[in-house]
Order: sequence, then C-alpha cells, then structure tokens
Amino acid sequence: MIKSSVGRKMVMAVTGAGMIFFILVHLLGNLTLYSGPAAINAYAYALHRFGPLIWSFRLVMFCMFMLHLFFGIQLTLENRAARPQSYAVRNERATTFAGKSMVWSGLLIGAFLLFHLLQFTLQVINPGIAAASHPDPIGRPDVFTMVVLSFQRLSYALLYIVSLTALALHLYHSIQSSFQTLGLNGERTFPVVTVTGRVAAIMIFLGYAAFPIVIYMGFLR
Amino acid sequence: MDLTLYVWRQSGPGAKGRLEEIEARGITADMSFLEMLDVVNEGLIKTGREPIAFDHDCREGICGMCSQVINGVPHGPQEKTTVCQLHMRRFKDGDRIYIEPWRARAFPVIKDLIVDRSALDRIVQAGGYVSVHTGGVPDANAVLVPKADADTAMDAAECIGCGACVAACPNGSAMLFTAAKVAHLAALPQGRAEAARRVCMMTEAMLKEGFGSCSNHYECQAACPKGIKVKFIAKLNREFIKAQFSKKSE
Ligand code: HEM
Ligand code: SF4
Ligand code: FES
Repeated sequence: MIKSSVGRKMVMAVTGAGMIFFILVHLLGNLTLYSGPAAINAYAYALHRFGPLIWSFRLVMFCMFMLHLFFGIQLTLENRAARPQSYAVRNERATTFAGKSMVWSGLLIGAFLLFHLLQFTLQVINPGIAAASHPDPIGRPDVFTMVVLSFQRLSYALLYIVSLTALALHLYHSIQSSFQTLGLNGERTFPVVTVTGRVAAIMIFLGYAAFPIVIYMGFLR
Repeated sequence: MDLTLYVWRQSGPGAKGRLEEIEARGITADMSFLEMLDVVNEGLIKTGREPIAFDHDCREGICGMCSQVINGVPHGPQEKTTVCQLHMRRFKDGDRIYIEPWRARAFPVIKDLIVDRSALDRIVQAGGYVSVHTGGVPDANAVLVPKADADTAMDAAECIGCGACVAACPNGSAMLFTAAKVAHLAALPQGRAEAARRVCMMTEAMLKEGFGSCSNHYECQAACPKGIKVKFIAKLNREFIKAQFSKKSE
C-alpha cells in the first residue's frame, strides 16, 4: 500500500485528519483560558495527571506528524518531477493558492509547531515565565500567566497569527481534499464538503487567532 | 481575421524547443482551429518553412488525438470541446494565441505540438480490460445491468484518452483518466471480478510511467473535453481501499 502513490496519499489524509481532530480538541481545551487562571491551570494540571497516557498520546501524534511530513515532501517532489517543463502561458480554472502552496504552508506549520512546543510545552523560550517553575497560589503550574505574558508581546502575537494563517491555508484546501482522497465524496456531497471544509478552516483560524488578539488588546489579564 | 500565433517548435524528442511567432492571415470565423493551422501550414510550406507538426485524426471530437494547449488551457477556451471542434469564431481579429504541447514527463514531445501519449495505453494494458472467453458473441442482456449502473459506466466510458487531464494537472497526474477506466469497469458486473487487481495494477502503472499523483486540484475536470467528473477519482480511491482488504488484488 505504501508503495502506491494512492496509498501514500491516503496515509497523508488519515494522519492529516488525525491532526485536525487534535487541533479541534486542543481549541476546546484552550477555551478554558477565557474562564481565567483557575480554569486553565486546573485543566492543564488534570491533563498531566494522566502520565503515561499523555506520553502514548504524544507518541501517536509524533508518528502521525512524521509520516505526514515525510510523505508530504516525497509526494511533492514526485509531483514536481512529473511536470518538468512548465507552460509559457497557463490559465488555471479550478485550483486555489491554498492548494498549490500545501508544502509551504505545511512546512511553516511544522516550524511553528517546533517553536510552540519549545515555548509552551518544554517552556525553554522564556524560562522567566515558565509555568513549570512558577506555580500559581495553590501550587499548580501557572499556565495562564505564561500564556498571557507571552501574548502581551506584539512579536509573539504576530508570530502566532502568521502561523495560524499558514494553518488556515493548509486546511482550506485539505479538509475538502482528504474527503476526496478517502473516497468519502460523491457528486452531490462535493460542493457541501468543499464549502464546509473552507468555512471550518476559517473558523479554526478565528478560534485560535482570538487568543493572541484578545490578550494583546488587554481584554484578558 | 489576422492573428499572431506563438507556437511551440521543437525539432525532435529531447531537442531544445522555443515559441515561434507566426502570422496567421485571412482566417475565417467558420474554420476549425485545426483548419486554421492547415492554412498557416500551407503558407509556411509555400515560403519554404517547416510546417507546424500537430496531432489529429477524426476531427470530430471522438479520437482524442488533437492535443494542444491554447492560451494556457488544454483544448482551448470552449468548455467540453476538443481542439478539432473549436472554431475560430471563438477568437477575434488581432488576437495573440499561444499554442503549446501537453506538458508532462510521461508525455515526451515528439515534434512541435505532437507528444507521445502511449503511456496512457500502458496504463490500460495494466488492467483496464475485462478478461472474457473468446468464442460466440454473448446474448444481449444475458448479464443484467441496472440502468443506473449502466449510466454511470457510460458516463465514465466517455473518456477518449486525450490526456488533457494530465496536461492540466499541476502534478502531471493521470488520475482522472485512470479513474474513468476504473470506475467504468467497476460499475459493471463483468468488471467486478477483476476490480481489486485492476485498481492496484493501473495505479501502479501510472506511477511507473512517471505521472504524478493526485492532490485534488481538480484542474483535470475543468479541462476534460468529455466532462469526466472527479467523483470518479473518489470512486477509484474507494476501489483502492476495498482492494487492500481483498485477496484478489494480486
Ligand atoms: C510538517 C508539517 C506539514 C507538512 C510539510 C505538510 C504537507 C502537506 C502536503 C504537501 C500535503 C498535500 C499532499 C498532496 O499534495 O498530495 C498535505 C495535505 C494535508 N495536510 Fe499537511 N502538512 C503538514 C502539517 C499538517 C498539519 C499539522 C495538519 C493538520 C492539522 C495537516 C493536514 C493535512 C491534511 C488534512 C491534508 C490533506 C490530505 C489529502 O489531500 O488527502 N498537515 N500536507
Ligand atoms: S478524462 Fe477527459 S481529459 Fe482525461 S483523457 Fe479522458 S477525455 Fe481526456
Ligand atoms: S482530432 Fe479526434 S478528437 Fe480532435
């Protein structure tokens, strides 16, 4: 199955869908930020009490990410090689900017993810506000303060918004695309899947981008 | 009307080609695009220049030979129309028209606008058939086919193998072509027996011939002169998944 380009595309679609599922759950979890320090610190603390479960979950996410990254780059290189000479004039009628920049938006997301993990998971970017070493009044890691102090800086807020734009572009094409790749598409559902996928991509963007925006504008402190 | 053509000229396989500016004079609106090229070629021959080499056969939109990308669109500006069925009334006096061959690694240029599309034949040879006993002609309706399935098969069978889908695809993928064949035969009881093997062999052949894979840009569907839909690609993908669970895929 992995030898086939169709099979590899399906691996991309399944791993991509898995990561989208994570992104949705992650967004829901992050919403506790709006209820203040007590809520998100309790949520983060509760998550970490799962211990080994957290680690097996991280391992699965890591494998999905690496498979997706590897096949994404491999397929892109194969596809470029299949069209060695471009047209002097080309008039495209169906594809989108998002569709054509998948590998770039993907790589941007990858680079951002690395930064994001260093910042909020390993907490090595700003040790001065690392939640792990700065407990809240009742002794839990103070995730709320770490996040809020980070996004009060324009550079971080902007970095997140730019990276989320890359994610939005990636999803704008790929939600629809993964339905097609997995054969979950028919003539009648086609327009519905396309529009819903695009709207979902924009909603995910707005949902996430709201955090740096709301915090930077000082509504959450 | 008078037109300025920018035509891809390439003396042979592997040779370096370039766009050549050629004037097309005295063209009338009721000429087909290929007739316009015939007129241009007569002029080129009279002045001792090499005529433009282009593929064509039926000139009635059914053989799929006339492979030209006109102003960046495979088969030109008229929807669901092959180059041979495109008429000059779609253009106006003074137009500049770019004419290029299909561009894909799997379709090497033979000369000027002629490319070698035999890679598509080899995809079909890999599994785009139904094995039958030779002998007497079977009775019509001996195998019953529901009307809806017959319609689906006929829709997919409209593909004329022109390769415009490959030419349009940013990945040079032959997925729409391959999917049309897979979906055509998978819709019929006669084709089911070999369905699992077929989809595996044909997609493997597609990769081996140097076509890219499908990223769901859907440029193919926009370019197809026969209106083959990308729903057949979803169908191919379903057949591929089914084949993974079938013992008959070898
Ligand atoms: C290292 C980071 C990433 C890279 C390099 C990357 C690259 C790619 C590429 C090149 C494609 C298109 C494949 C093709 O053209 O056939 C793709 C598709 C896709 N990506 Fe990513 N991606 C990355 C991260 C992500 C993330 C984080 C998600 C989910 C949130 C995701 C979800 C998807 C989905 C759902 C598809 C559609 C699969 C399909 O077309 O069937 N990707 N990715
Ligand atoms: S699917 Fe359409 S564009 Fe592709 S080969 Fe068949 S008829 Fe031509
Ligand atoms: S020459 Fe046969 S389809 Fe155009």
